[in-house]
Amino acid sequence: MSGRAQLIVGGVLSGLFLLAAAVSLVWMPHDVAALNIADRLRPPGGPYPLGTDQFGRDMLSMLMVGARSSIAVALVAVGIGMGMGVPLGLLAAANRGGWLDEVVMRGNDLIFAFPALVIAILITAVLGPSAVNAILAIGIFNIPVFARVTRGGALSLWTLDYVLAARVAGKGRARISVEHILPNIANLLIVQGTIQFSLGILAEAGLSYVGLGAQPPTPSWGRMLAEAQTMIYTHPLLAVLPGLAIVLMVLGLNLMGDGLRDALDPRLRRAAR
Amino acid sequence: MLRYALSRLVSLALSLLAASVVIFAVIEVIPGDPAAYMLGLNAAPETVAALREELGLTGSLWARYLDWVSGMLTGDFGLSYTYRVPVADLVVQRLGVSLPLAGYALALSTAIALPVGLWAAARRGGPVDLAVMGATQLGIAVPNFWFAMLLVLVFAVKLGWFSAGGFPGWEGGFLAGIKALTLPAVALALPQAAILARVMRSALIETLGQDYIRSARAKGLTQGQAIRRHALRNALIPVLTILGLQFSFLLAGAIIIENVFFLPGLGRLIFQAITQRDLIVVESVVMLLVFAVIVVTFVVDLAYAAVDPRLRRR
Repeated sequence: MSGRAQLIVGGVLSGLFLLAAAVSLVWMPHDVAALNIADRLRPPGGPYPLGTDQFGRDMLSMLMVGARSSIAVALVAVGIGMGMGVPLGLLAAANRGGWLDEVVMRGNDLIFAFPALVIAILITAVLGPSAVNAILAIGIFNIPVFARVTRGGALSLWTLDYVLAARVAGKGRARISVEHILPNIANLLIVQGTIQFSLGILAEAGLSYVGLGAQPPTPSWGRMLAEAQTMIYTHPLLAVLPGLAIVLMVLGLNLMGDGLRDALDPRLRRAAR
Repeated sequence: MLRYALSRLVSLALSLLAASVVIFAVIEVIPGDPAAYMLGLNAAPETVAALREELGLTGSLWARYLDWVSGMLTGDFGLSYTYRVPVADLVVQRLGVSLPLAGYALALSTAIALPVGLWAAARRGGPVDLAVMGATQLGIAVPNFWFAMLLVLVFAVKLGWFSAGGFPGWEGGFLAGIKALTLPAVALALPQAAILARVMRSALIETLGQDYIRSARAKGLTQGQAIRRHALRNALIPVLTILGLQFSFLLAGAIIIENVFFLPGLGRLIFQAITQRDLIVVESVVMLLVFAVIVVTFVVDLAYAAVDPRLRRR
């Protein structure tokens, strides 16, 4: 697939889920909070295009609300990662080789040793499970990723002539970082942001699947899968649909990330991630 | 090389030290009184006092931390509050499931990914390459626990080839154990293999574009010979790094997959410990997981430097 085709297919796929999540804020086919035992485990069709679950909740509505929580968690986690990681990366690059650089990078290494799941386990063990824990765990995990990408991108820019010119003009390191470095690594950050967004969707699904994320009755894709697991023998569709939603959303974001990389900077073009 | 190894060893020790401080702080300082937290709201004050005594919470923070670390260094991880057995025994018992599972998955994903990546790179741009790239793009997007459920649906429910979960124990025979770990290992391995195959492919393509490969071809080697004798070895360097980086994902994945298949491994242990508020178990198992990640990173760093001497100068 060419970069442009990837961008379009990926954009449409993930756009559909963003749209579904946005629409769910104002309208849904059915109320997901209301239990309707009379209509439980209906096959797709009639008033329920994708059927109902064991409590008679409409699967389509559940998937729409699930998209909302997945996207919210992953998006805020990317925000945390960027908000903390980018300034740290800029700081490290501006002080290359100095003690600040060393402190930031060793701190990064330390966080890298804690997979998101382990952070979530630690937080949950002392604060109890909640969707906020999932956001925190994935967000903290994102910090060193953005710090590294930022530092790497910034280091190569610091050697360029126009930065030298800015220094000769008397601008300080902080001002150069914000005015000259940051705009020039924005592309890099957007592409990394898309990748972390898709990893965040996967991580949120995993965390809520094992009960470390969104708590009932809030629908989330991971929770829906956990609840469907015991019924996989009799009602496999309940376990197939949420998983399919995750795959399509993540696939869309990955394709979009690859397409964006090609579109924004042909020099970054890689055969694979 | 020795100097490089020593400097990495120092940073390994520092990382472990820092990680232990973080874990200790989160588990023992944030909840305020761990004993009261573990017992819940309705505990009698005498019970809490007894547990405080048992956990050694009466000493200063500093003394408790030293106690915990020196205990771990000598293999004493404390006593599990819910199981009333040494945590070290629990961990060793559970590792008997988790380690073989992780090893099995690692072996499977490497055995699948390397030939597939090689095949795609050798036929770059052809139908095989396109199919591989499409399949791996999909593989990266599939959550492993969902893939595990689909495997159960097909191979346990429909075909009945494997059981849907559980573990007979190694006492039941090696083959029975391996059979019980097969579906979980495949579920863990395939998404990993997708990433690894992509890395292998792009590393090999990059290597094949190097001048020394052109020289090798010019002196009369076929493409296959050039790949086998020169390109493969060089392409394996980035693959090795990714393999190391993937370790923490493999570990986290194993924890989740164990829950899909009800395997009595470290993952089940830690989730049960969380619901039972057994902080002693959580603290030790988390430290063990982080220890594993840090040590694997260290080993990969060394292996990398052994293969590529340029990295030793820093």
